[in-house]
Amino acid sequence: MGFLDHFAFIAEALAHLSVGIPRTILLAVASLLIGFVLAIGVAAALLSQAFLPRWIANGYVYIFRSSPLLVQIFLIYYGSGQFRSLFESLGLWGLFREAWFCAILALALNTCAYQAVLIAGGLRAVPWGQIEAAQAVGMSRCRVFVTVAFPQALRHALPAYSNEVVLMIKATALASTITILEITGLAKQMASETYRPFEVFAAAGLVYIALNGAVAAGFTRGERFLRRNVAQRT
Amino acid sequence: MQALVATDIRKAFGSLEVLRGVSLRANKGDVIAIIGGSGSGKSTFLRCLNLLEVPDAGSLWLNGITLDFNRSGPAGGTTPKAKAELRRRLGMVFQSFNLWTHMSALDNIIAGPIHVLGQDRKEARAIGLDLLDRVGLADKADAFPAQLSGGQQQRVAIARALAMRPEALLFDEPTSALDPELVGEVLKVIQGLAAEGRTMILVTHEMAFARDVATHVMFFHDGRVEEEGRPDLIFSNPGSERCRSFLKKFL
Repeated sequence: MGFLDHFAFIAEALAHLSVGIPRTILLAVASLLIGFVLAIGVAAALLSQAFLPRWIANGYVYIFRSSPLLVQIFLIYYGSGQFRSLFESLGLWGLFREAWFCAILALALNTCAYQAVLIAGGLRAVPWGQIEAAQAVGMSRCRVFVTVAFPQALRHALPAYSNEVVLMIKATALASTITILEITGLAKQMASETYRPFEVFAAAGLVYIALNGAVAAGFTRGERFLRRNVAQRT
Repeated sequence: MQALVATDIRKAFGSLEVLRGVSLRANKGDVIAIIGGSGSGKSTFLRCLNLLEVPDAGSLWLNGITLDFNRSGPAGGTTPKAKAELRRRLGMVFQSFNLWTHMSALDNIIAGPIHVLGQDRKEARAIGLDLLDRVGLADKADAFPAQLSGGQQQRVAIARALAMRPEALLFDEPTSALDPELVGEVLKVIQGLAAEGRTMILVTHEMAFARDVATHVMFFHDGRVEEEGRPDLIFSNPGSERCRSFLKKFL
């Protein structure tokens, strides 16, 4: 087998795996967005003055950050089968029998825990004087959050957010373990059919590297845009 | 005509009694200067007026609404709705400006009118640009706080307070965080507002300014009003020894 042949087959594998790119992106984007929406509530609970919501939110974050994502995926996908009649009576079996639903649910609940911590940290970094200024014009608590606190918290959290997005794109590979044929799933299939795992998985790695390169570039631009007016003038 | 009345306001932080019963009566058009040493309670009192600090006891009256802090429980005066109404009707200018750093100068000014008063965006913008012009910053509408000097930021903050069409303006040491050469531009704006007959309550260390602009001066000491009256009398012939020695440091 000639040296160039490896490259030729990597190119072939790239073409084959590209079918999985939209699926990987769908898994990542859907779970990041769902996780984001949930994380706003969890972050608010983390910062709550009341004991119970804070306790529940802390417990949730602790559990989902301390156990492997793969275990969470198996628990939801395989575990739900054990309670089939319960899910059927709730009318939810149609969802839980779907690998796609279980994968996105597990990924979303997982990233939600991490995002909640990021958002809570961002909210803590908002100077109290800015909150008081918003209260002083008569804004309601909700309005203060939407108009002043949250936009600033996102700016604080953005650098760490790019990290979370990159981690999530890589984490979607775990969905291949429950039959989903995204990039890694297709690669496993192709490797066992061609007996050329080196080229196939090298190609899979390249696809992830390219995707995350795009994410990093996007965040760099986004940060520059949001910071354009916040940097102290010199 | 009365605009704002505070009666026997008391406030403690833990065991530290910061306000031991302070009353204030502002008629329409009054400019009340509050002076006193640090720790005398003057800033806390001002913050009590728009409930950034909630008094432990006493009452507030602002043309038509009364908040009574002597009653306990949620039935007392400080329901979120009453709180928001009081704040909406009072303008506040902070020592450290507290402009929202992620918004342009104009957006800082129109956020309140749009979200709290329910003005439409176009109307709010027109009024906001007008106010920026009045504080001498017509060309800074799109500038962000970080791109403005301290004096400019404070003038935007004054415009932000004015945009709410407040019945009275509260100033918490508005020039104390400014470089000396920037103090004048802010005082000039405040003086202009006084000349318009706006009701203002001003915590300040600028004694000369208080003497020239105020209609009434209150000297705070240790959580109480030690002395108050017309500025010409207070400044030329203070009655209490404490007030005299305090003023001596400034004039």
